[in-house]
Amino acid sequence: MNSATSAPETVDLSTLLADSRVTEVLDELDRELIGLTPVKARIRDIAALLLVERARKQLGLAGGSPSLHMSFTGNPGTGKTTVALRMAQILHRLGYVRKGHLVAVTRDDLVGQYIGHTAPKTKEILKKAMGGVLFIDEAYYLYRPENERDYGQEAIEILLQVMENQRDDLVVILAGYADRMETFFRSNPGLSSRIAHHLEFPDYLPVELEQIAQRMLAAMQYRLSGSGLAALHEYIPLRMKQPHFANARSIRNALDRARLRQANRLFEQKGRQLDREALMTIEGEDLRASRVFT
Amino acid sequence: MKITQGTFSFLPDLTDAEIGAQIDYALAHGWAIGVEYTDDPHPRNFYWELWGNPMFDLKDAAGAMLEVQACRKAHPQEYVRVNAFDATRGFETTRLSFIVNRPTTEPGFLLKRHEVAGRQIQYTIESYATQKPEGQRYE
Repeated sequence: MNSATSAPETVDLSTLLADSRVTEVLDELDRELIGLTPVKARIRDIAALLLVERARKQLGLAGGSPSLHMSFTGNPGTGKTTVALRMAQILHRLGYVRKGHLVAVTRDDLVGQYIGHTAPKTKEILKKAMGGVLFIDEAYYLYRPENERDYGQEAIEILLQVMENQRDDLVVILAGYADRMETFFRSNPGLSSRIAHHLEFPDYLPVELEQIAQRMLAAMQYRLSGSGLAALHEYIPLRMKQPHFANARSIRNALDRARLRQANRLFEQKGRQLDREALMTIEGEDLRASRVFT
Repeated sequence: MKITQGTFSFLPDLTDAEIGAQIDYALAHGWAIGVEYTDDPHPRNFYWELWGNPMFDLKDAAGAMLEVQACRKAHPQEYVRVNAFDATRGFETTRLSFIVNRPTTEPGFLLKRHEVAGRQIQYTIESYATQKPEGQRYE
């Protein structure tokens, strides 16, 4: 069969885009994730590349399937796992992974405790991740230069092999803190060269954290009173200066503690009849009791 | 003589793509995939060797196909089959089982007639392959 007759002459990118329903995920990403502008831009770039690649395939232009392995670097709580989940959806919609599920693992899931234990363990995880995305959190723990007999190296080798030979079956995303990932990639050049997309997750600005807090509260069916809002506004910059600040995760924890204090406060006003409003509202005092204000 | 055991046994041997499609079907039903091999083709031989553990919570056939390929590579001249096990209460059994690899020459079976009291005949079949010791059966 002549390929010129079987392949269509032109291809419409917008119909292809509509067919893939990838815009929905991208819009959702825009709506649900606050900040992270460079990350979103990169994801749009990748989606565009994949879409064009599909269009090329329809016209019979063979380019080989693009390498899709990625690394996500950023401080704790900057949304790496959340974005990985969305990435799996996007890749699924574009037809680059068949099932679109995400398997999130850490070193413990890949590396065994004794000789001969690592390879089957890693392979087991890889098999589970086939057809989807394998997300390796804190990937730098796989490589421990201080112990040359560490089994992490073995896991890396198996990973490399699969990343190279089964690109169609599985996409690997390595995630971790920026500085440690950099040393990790430097000591494992084979791994670094097989990763096409390096996405950096910036820290959130105080304004963005405030929006995130509102979003989280809304999802939990809570709201902030006027004084609560003011307290949150003061709380965020103070918390950011504290050690172990983990962006959105710290905010989530702060809100969880505020809920605790709200419950306590309501409990102490026992005689009172509580309405919806009272049960939903977090007051300034609930936040101000936090240790960052002392 | 091509042995016919399990599902699809009267069809020509499945291609890898077809095997993958069947595995996907099984996984879509939530069945666990197991790979087994043997050099004893007797139809009443239930004791095939396990190739690794059965694979629970896979999502895609590619993972199971890796094991099928590995098993074929290690036992090219033996029978390899794929089982799909349904753990649902009430079933708790194999729902699908088919051969994915067979020796190049299959010598077939010897039919033995055993005369008992009253000139009754009892029949037994025995694979010619199993007349040789293990490891030399399909050389």
